[in-house]
Formats: sequence, structure tokens, C-alpha cells
Amino acid sequence: MLVFMARRLFVAVLVAFTVSVIAFSLMRISGDLAVMLAGEDATAEQVEIIRERFGLNRPYYIQYLEWMGKAVQFDFGESMFYPQSVSSLIVDRITNTLTLAGFGLAFALSLSIPMGVLAALRPDSWIDRLALTIAVLGQALPGFWFALILMFIFGLYLGMFPISGSDTYWHFVLPAISLGYYSTPAVMRLTRTGMLEVMSSDYIRTARAKGLHTGTILFKHALRNAVIPVVALSAVQFGNMLGGSIVTETVFQIQGLGKLAYDGVLKNDFPVVQAVLLLVAVFYIVLVLLGDLLNAWLDPRIRVG
Amino acid sequence: MALPTMTRVSPADPGDIPGGADPLGVESPGQPTSGQLFVRRVVGHGSFVFAATIIVGIILMALLAPWLAPHDPYNQDLGNRLVYPIWTENGTWLHPLGTDALGRDYLSRVIYGSQISLIIGFTAMTISGLIGTTMGVLAGYFGGRVDMVVTFLLTTRLTLPVVMVALALVVVVGGSLYTVILVLGFLLWDRFTVVMRSTTQQVRSLDYVAAAEAIGCSTRRIILSEIMPNVLGNLLVIATFEVAHSILLEAALSFLGVGVQPPTPSWGLMVAEGRDYMLFEPYLIMIPGFCIFTLVLAINMLGDGARDILAPENRS
Repeated sequence: MLVFMARRLFVAVLVAFTVSVIAFSLMRISGDLAVMLAGEDATAEQVEIIRERFGLNRPYYIQYLEWMGKAVQFDFGESMFYPQSVSSLIVDRITNTLTLAGFGLAFALSLSIPMGVLAALRPDSWIDRLALTIAVLGQALPGFWFALILMFIFGLYLGMFPISGSDTYWHFVLPAISLGYYSTPAVMRLTRTGMLEVMSSDYIRTARAKGLHTGTILFKHALRNAVIPVVALSAVQFGNMLGGSIVTETVFQIQGLGKLAYDGVLKNDFPVVQAVLLLVAVFYIVLVLLGDLLNAWLDPRIRVG
Repeated sequence: MALPTMTRVSPADPGDIPGGADPLGVESPGQPTSGQLFVRRVVGHGSFVFAATIIVGIILMALLAPWLAPHDPYNQDLGNRLVYPIWTENGTWLHPLGTDALGRDYLSRVIYGSQISLIIGFTAMTISGLIGTTMGVLAGYFGGRVDMVVTFLLTTRLTLPVVMVALALVVVVGGSLYTVILVLGFLLWDRFTVVMRSTTQQVRSLDYVAAAEAIGCSTRRIILSEIMPNVLGNLLVIATFEVAHSILLEAALSFLGVGVQPPTPSWGLMVAEGRDYMLFEPYLIMIPGFCIFTLVLAINMLGDGARDILAPENRS
């Protein structure tokens, strides 16, 4: 187990390193950052000043090493656009994205686990079909369109929820639904398969034969085992939501990491883009590791095998 | 080629016809050929036929756009801004789906928009399919170091947030139809690799591959004529889903303003342009959004159907 975890950790660090190189190169592949920052009618001297000012005249590997050296201390330099350091910008915005993803995951789990269980208990019934339909439709809905429809129906037409900003928790209801909906198909399928497998196992038959209550069997014996893989999947989905919240945050005008990256990309604010990309990737890596650990802790068979 | 056909991954097993028709032939006297059974499985699969019809319809719409579209999709007519569609009181047959904020005929733009979605979906899928399949098959066949490298690249790719990276890349390179295709093609290969890797691993351990190795076939020959034909079914299914995936991402990028650039009629871009008018002219976002939804839904249903038809033993 220890060897297994050490290996995973080593690979994770290696992946994080590769991602940092990608994040660093991404904004530089088109050519000269200084020319892009200076704008179209800048003179050669102005470009030179910018190059000097941001240290863009040094070799790439020196620039990278300096950036990484500071990044591990959570110092990502100054933003090009906001009069703030990148790390303080991130600290300001991250709460909104975490809240959004948290609510999103809560919505996804509270919809998909009961649906998955019901679908597994009555295979091929109307509820199974309904669950399948929701999954199939969900995978075909364009995220931005679904967000706009929610906004139109519940925000503009019915006036039940605010449609932009992030002042209160009410502001997060519609965004969380639009973001969380995309995780429901995967979680629902996994719950359904897990439940089907567990329900046909010997120990459930034994429990039935003992005359235990159906509720006890379902919740105490079956569900607990069926949702073990869902824990790891939830961690991965949470990571996906952190990186995939750009569209939702843009539509609902939530000042989170996604919106920060979006504005940064449009304004050539490369220190911000680099930092957010690296941070989201590292979050994802940590979440996947955490999911595996939790899985191994919940299911001793994984530890042995 | 007799050996591989006999041990296909997706055998045309008569016992698995959907609809439960007796394969031993109530109506046909002899044993039906595998070809006939295949056609029966295709025709008997309701949602597959339904999805295929929609897709053929949309492809025809894209091909025949110049003849189908009643107006020039780029032609602005500011005197006829925001004409409502035909099902409202003020609708007119001159503009069945109304006009947008610049007075352009919405039906014509919707028709031409299908070209963009289809082109991007298929070309991006072809690029990502080539990359992903090569990596997956090589990793599955050779294992060892090759597998380690591919798995590492795959893990790294999955760690990168797709929309964010695509956004940054498209902006840096400059948004256009071609950059969107290239960016999506070079980002979305992960599922091809995952599936092709595991399928190849399964096929690799089968007897006929060992036989081919024993009679001294070259690696190239084994991969191309023993392995590839037997992973083709799975490849086709993934390819279908990835077309849908690319279409959705293009729409999202265009919606964010960094994909296909105006005045090109892309469905995602049309939703973005209609956004400011959604309170009073909701049709401006509803119609193009519904088009994306229908196309992606049909493609996904086609993929699900293809999986049932090609590998009935895997049906869950």
C-alpha cells in the first residue's frame, strides 16, 4: 500500500511539473509576449521597455525557473491589468468558485444517487427509463444554453432567483444547477451499476433470508457498498467543476477563478492565466489522489489488491 | 483473413437480435446470413434509425444550404430588425424564423450554421481520433515503457481543464474556424486513447494474435490487419461521441466569443448574439440552442445504438 501510494505521489508530482511547463508556455507559443502586451501601434522602444520591465528578454528557462521558484511559495507576480498581486486576486476569487462547485456537486449527488438507486431497484421500469433519459438529455445540453434557459425561466420569467452576481447564497442556486447537472449522468450510472451488482450478491440474499427490513437492507447493507466508487468519482467531478466553471461564471457574472481566467485570457494578462491554470490542475491532481485514498480506506479490498 | 473473422469481438450471434425474433427462421427457411442479421439489428433498433434520420436530415440541410436558405445569411436589413418568428402574432412567411438584431434572416443563418457544426465536429474528431488511436493501440500492444509514457501523457491531459486551455490557445493563436478545429483536435484525444488502449490489450491476448506472431508476421502487419479490424467497432462508437463532444465545445468557445468569429453563422455564436435580447426575443437564443441540442442528442443516440448493434453481448 505504502509503495503504491509513493508511486502515485511521484507520478502526481511529475504531472504537476509537466502542467506547469504547459501553463507557462501556453501564452508564449504565438511568439513575442512583449509585442502582444505593447499593443498594435507601439514603437520598437516601447516594446523594449516592456520586455525589460517584465524580464521577458531573458532566456525562457530562466523565466520559468523564477516563476516556479516563486509559485511554490504562492507568489505568482503582479497582474498586468488589476493593481493587485495575482495571489491576492486568486484568494479574493477562489471562495466563489469553491462555493459554486460545492453547491454544484451537492446538487448532482442529491439528484443522481437516489435516481441511480431507484433505477437499479426496478431495472427496465419507468423510473429506470426516466433516469436514462435524464442522462442522455443531459449529455446533449450545451452548458451555456442550459444556463441561459434557467436564467430565463427562473430568473427573468418567474423572478425566483437573482441572475447575476454572487452576493448571497441565492445567487448560487441557478449557477450550481447548471454546473452540477453535467455530473449527474456519470454519478447516476455508477450508482446504478454498483447497486445492481450489490443487490445480486450473496450477502444481500442472506440478509433477505434472515427477514431483515427492506429499508435496513437497502441503506445499511447495499447502499454503503454501492456508493464507495462514487466517492472517488465525486472528487474527480469536483475537480472538473473547478476547471469547467468558466462558462457558468461568465453567464451568471460570478467573480470566480473561471471568470478571472476568462478576463485574463482576453486581456493578455499572462501571469493570471498561468497561475489559475496551474492552480486548477494542482487542485485536480490532489482531488484525484484524495479520491483514491478515500476509496482504499472505505474498501479494504483495494488496499489488499 | 479467415481467422480474425471467426473470432470477431462483435460476433453476429443469432441469439442476440433485439426484438426477440426467432433467428432460426419462422419466415425465412434457411439460416439468415450474418449480413442479413446485421441489417435486421440496424433496422430493428428504433432509436438508432430515428437518430440516423435526424443526422441525415441535418447533413442534407448543410449540403443543400445555398438552395434551402431563403435569404443570404450575411445580408443585413436594418429596416427589418427583430422580426418575430411565424408562430407569433407579428410573424411573416418572408422570415419564418424571424430576423436577428441586424435584420439577418434567422432561418438562413440556422441552415448555414449546420455547416459549421458538422465541419468542426468531423474534422476535429478525425484529428483527435488519429492521435488518440495511435497512442492507445501502441500502448495496448507494446505495454511496458510505451504504455507508461502514454498513460503519463493521458494523465497530464486529463489534468488540464479543457475549456480553459482551449480558450487560452484560441485567443493566443487567433480565433477562426481552423484554429478551433486544430485546438479541439489536439485536446480531445483522451477518450480514444483510454478505450483503444484497453480494447487492444484485450485483443492482444487472443489466440489469433499469438498465431500471427508465431508464423512471424511483422509488428506492423499484426497491428494493422489483426488488431485494427477487431477494435474498429469500439473506435466507431467513440468517434461518434467525440463528434458530439467537439460540436459542444465549439459552440461553447464561440459563445464565449473566442471561437468562430462574426459574422459567420455558428449556432453557439448566434446564442451569444441573441443573449442581450433574450427577455423580449427569446427565440433568438432558443432556436440555435435547440439546433445544437438536437444534433448532439442525435449523434449520441447514434453512438449508443451503434454500440448495441456492433456488440450486442455488451448491452447493459
